[in-house]
Amino acid sequence: MAATDKLQHPDVTPEMIREIDDIIESQKNAPGAVIPVLRMSQDVVGYLPVEVIDYISAGLNIPSSDVYGVATFYSLFSLTPKGRHRIRACLGTACYVKGIKEVMGRISKEFDLEVGGTTEDRRFSLEAVRCLGACGLAPVVVVDQDTYGGISADQVSGILEKYE
Amino acid sequence: MDQARLHLMLCGGTGCHASGSKSFHEALDAELKNQGLEKEVRVIETGCNGFCALGPVMLVQPEGIFYQQLKADDAAELVESHFLKGRPVQRLMYRDPVSKKTMAHMDEIPFFAHQMIWAMRNKGLIDPESIDEYIARDGYFGMAKALTEMSSEDIIGEIKASGLRGRGGAGFPTGVKWGFAAQAKSDVKYVLCNADEGDPGAFMDRSILEADPHAVLEGMIIAAKAINATQGYIYCRTEYPLAIQRLSLAIEKARDYGLLGEDILGSGFGFDVDIYQGAGAFVCGEETALMRSIEGRRGMPRPRPPFPANKGLWDKPTVLNNVETLANVGQIMLNGGQWYASVGTESSKGTKVFAISGDINNIGLVEVPMGISLRKMIYDIGGGIPNKRKFKAVQLGGPSGGCIPEKYLDTPVDYEEIAKVGAIMGSGGVIVMDEKTCMVDMARFFMDFIQEESCGKCTPCREGTRRILEILEKISEGRGEPGDIETLEELSEVIKSSSLCGLGQTAPNPVLSTLNYFRDEYYAHVYEKRCPAKRCVALLKFTVDPDKCKKCGLCFKACPTGAVQWEKKQPASIDKEKCIQCMACYDACRFDAIE
Repeated sequence: MAATDKLQHPDVTPEMIREIDDIIESQKNAPGAVIPVLRMSQDVVGYLPVEVIDYISAGLNIPSSDVYGVATFYSLFSLTPKGRHRIRACLGTACYVKGIKEVMGRISKEFDLEVGGTTEDRRFSLEAVRCLGACGLAPVVVVDQDTYGGISADQVSGILEKYE
Repeated sequence: MDQARLHLMLCGGTGCHASGSKSFHEALDAELKNQGLEKEVRVIETGCNGFCALGPVMLVQPEGIFYQQLKADDAAELVESHFLKGRPVQRLMYRDPVSKKTMAHMDEIPFFAHQMIWAMRNKGLIDPESIDEYIARDGYFGMAKALTEMSSEDIIGEIKASGLRGRGGAGFPTGVKWGFAAQAKSDVKYVLCNADEGDPGAFMDRSILEADPHAVLEGMIIAAKAINATQGYIYCRTEYPLAIQRLSLAIEKARDYGLLGEDILGSGFGFDVDIYQGAGAFVCGEETALMRSIEGRRGMPRPRPPFPANKGLWDKPTVLNNVETLANVGQIMLNGGQWYASVGTESSKGTKVFAISGDINNIGLVEVPMGISLRKMIYDIGGGIPNKRKFKAVQLGGPSGGCIPEKYLDTPVDYEEIAKVGAIMGSGGVIVMDEKTCMVDMARFFMDFIQEESCGKCTPCREGTRRILEILEKISEGRGEPGDIETLEELSEVIKSSSLCGLGQTAPNPVLSTLNYFRDEYYAHVYEKRCPAKRCVALLKFTVDPDKCKKCGLCFKACPTGAVQWEKKQPASIDKEKCIQCMACYDACRFDAIE
């Protein structure tokens, strides 16, 4: 890779760059590699800063407008930093019928946090996801890897308290 | 292998994992060891059982005793009382919400009793991570027959005879689709499995992938032989990590056993499968969009023809089938098309898996013969509406489906009949709504989904759905004006007739069906500034009706801001200054005293 492609960003450590290099190398020759590379790189960094997108496009030898187009199309990819804890509220129909709107309203109010946003101290980010496929537990909120089913707005602060 | 006296089939699906099946599993293992039963009693983690709301669930075999809502603390009692002394534990059994009876055996529970389990035939019966257990249940036998005894024409003929139609939504005849791809001339062809289940409220694909991943692989291999494809991809949602993990394992095992790869079973036919993880775009469930996405581009649909059977992935002939469709294929090869076609209606054969959720007692996945009535599904299997509330509507077919009112509950479930009453079969989401659901709000909810998920390629879908959403928001915020309802109808018709793909063509359905059956609610919102279901916050007054108030104080306890004033034996009142309109008091009140 050319030296001019060297990636510089405060959130991206040299260790992360090495991992991204490995990802690019392993996927380089696979057809349709852009989405897997973006996904795995996002897992490494936590989100996709524009510098990372440019770096990937150079590595895969694909115009950065194309890579950028893919990164902005899919809801999985985030171009802005995420909080330390990721709150995913299910906006599936069952959850909606059972009151996820009220639950999300409470989260927004208590933490001054909009959907798609991150709290100022980067403690939480809130996402609305479309159906987690666990409709039996509706309404469902997933914090990091922990799933909370059948919750009500009143329980929100109790649950989130645990995540520092 | 040691012979175990009892097999404990513990559900390890996503729903049960979330409600604590792992901690129960650990406690159970420890307790069995404690009592020296670890050789006699075997715990097997299965895929999704379907009865998710009561998770974690466990079936004790061979007795057929069904336990529900198990907690780690229950393990000691279960082991001691049931597995050691032979006295099953009553309090952990299912209690029928209607008859209040305790039911010990799985097959007497109405939720299971009315089902006909074909596509999900292995759920809860095998360890999804064991290929041997799948084979022991006739697994890969249908494939073996197709590969060694049948020609491409024979396979397609059986599928046509079975009457199997695509279970992903549109219901296109599977055999016809395969036939087109078989005729296409090309050196390379592909078989794709659509596991990008995006419909909110439907989770049958996830369940099948988690409980029986080999059934999907078997279906893909048979499809590949039918059209002479050499490579397959499973396009699976990233949101389904457990499904991806089990699929990967299944592919690896199948390769080890020589059931994937070159020269399968010495038949000279070779085929391999890889998983492709989606990145979260509802439109990628549309076949041409899905193919673009695998190619590493934005998942946008393209006009057809050319159809994917001639020009699909990388412009090569491609067949795309849904998970549930493929899960049926192996058994059809084994038992014949006639066997499959013996169940169902004139136009819709076999069984269909539905995900029943919303305001209903028994939430979960059910597989029923085509032609069953909605009423039977909701009341006999689903156990009716909880909290003594009234049924209002049932929403079928996901965001592009429609709401069906009570008067059509006897409609048989079949592709054509459902369409006649204004909904679609879709992937099989059934969401039951009680009287507290506002239909304007529901239409707004679906339109919010669609306008967010529209890929934006064509204007009617991108701009039209946004305008519809704006009008619906206006109406539910109490700013509706005369003419709004008519504009909604006009916009809907234009979007329907001028959009490129299925997403846009069906996008206005939630609006049209609610306008059709619940027009009075729209009128109440627009002309009377009233929400009959009391769901639209802007139209609520938040006052207590002293005549209806039973002075119980539940609203007082629920209020997070201290806006509710209440003392014992006095009716409550609400301080408008402090009220944040969070609905907590409203939801807490059992007597409809808050307006």
